[in-house]
Amino acid sequence: MMKSDRFETIVLPHLDAAYNLARWLVHDPHQAEDIVQEACVRAFRFLDQLRGNHARPWLLGIVRNACIDHLRERRAEQFLPDMDEDYVDTGQYGVEAHTPESLLLQKCSTTQVDTAIAALPAAYREVIVLREIEEMSYELIAEVAGVPIGTVMSRLSRARGMLRAALLPLVREN
Amino acid sequence: MDRQYDSDISELIATRASRHAAPAALRNAVRRATAAPAHPPSRVTAWLGLEWLRLSAAFAVGVLVALLVPATWHAVPDATIANELVDSHVRSLQLAHLSDVVSTDHHTVKPWFAGKLDYSPPVHDLAPQGFPLAGGRLDVLHGRTIAALVYKRRQHVINVFVVPRGADTPPADTRLSRNGFHVQSWSDGSNSFWAVSDLNAEELGQFVTLQQQQGD
Repeated sequence: MMKSDRFETIVLPHLDAAYNLARWLVHDPHQAEDIVQEACVRAFRFLDQLRGNHARPWLLGIVRNACIDHLRERRAEQFLPDMDEDYVDTGQYGVEAHTPESLLLQKCSTTQVDTAIAALPAAYREVIVLREIEEMSYELIAEVAGVPIGTVMSRLSRARGMLRAALLPLVREN
Repeated sequence: MDRQYDSDISELIATRASRHAAPAALRNAVRRATAAPAHPPSRVTAWLGLEWLRLSAAFAVGVLVALLVPATWHAVPDATIANELVDSHVRSLQLAHLSDVVSTDHHTVKPWFAGKLDYSPPVHDLAPQGFPLAGGRLDVLHGRTIAALVYKRRQHVINVFVVPRGADTPPADTRLSRNGFHVQSWSDGSNSFWAVSDLNAEELGQFVTLQQQQGD
């Protein structure tokens, strides 16, 4: 199979996921587009090094690293706020947040949900997008983000807690 | 870890959060960039023995007809390599991915390549002469992974691509410019070197002379 055919068949199907991740990480649509295009060119050049059927985490990993580089270069935001990695889940969000399950689902709009996700630190946006929107496994997320699975799980837990804390007051206002 | 009370958050995001689909323009741009290459294979491809037989006839005709000059056989492939390496140089600046290993110490940069390449690129410290080493990375030329060394001259970046030579490979000896970038190549017994930079040709020439004086 020609290299370009192989790329089309195994890598290009993940373009939407790649762009979605870049949009959520860098926010700006044009920057996201540029980053994904460059990442795809890079992926194409290194296509021979792709083993097995790991094209999805492989491509997303390249995109993700380019996005983090971009954020760091712009000093736009801290990837992971200081101290956050030491966070111990005390259930401070969860317990208080034991709302009737349907309340958030009934009341939250797309705009509210999007705004709350966008306000998360990049390290948390990343795991939320990969897990909840792209529905990837912890193992694959760990591969994309280059961190242990345990870190993925604790970041996810923290991120969900932060989203709940951000969204609940909006729901209760109504 | 998916505790019970998190399931509503998960469902909320899954059903409510925006999923941004790739714009058609992006998809098309990626397809264009990864389409089968239209240009003829360079000498590097020949070393690898890939596609050479299949395309060499078309290539020879292309050289004779398109250029209409009795160009020396090596000059055209060198220009092709130069074009590709200028592209690599530009991409290395755009991608925010200039270096995989960032170090001004050649004792750090040289070992970094061990295990990643089947050859060992010579790495020199030219800081005293005003060309400090900035790092290195892996690059690809015609499907072969090669070393790219990054040097600086003031604010200018110099990429040095190190390509191992086959037994029958003529030494590279090229000076040309493409789109405002200067390319100079030279060889030693084991490798061809391609220096690419927007630095002026004179200073790039000094850099090349210094490199040649270092030996391995």
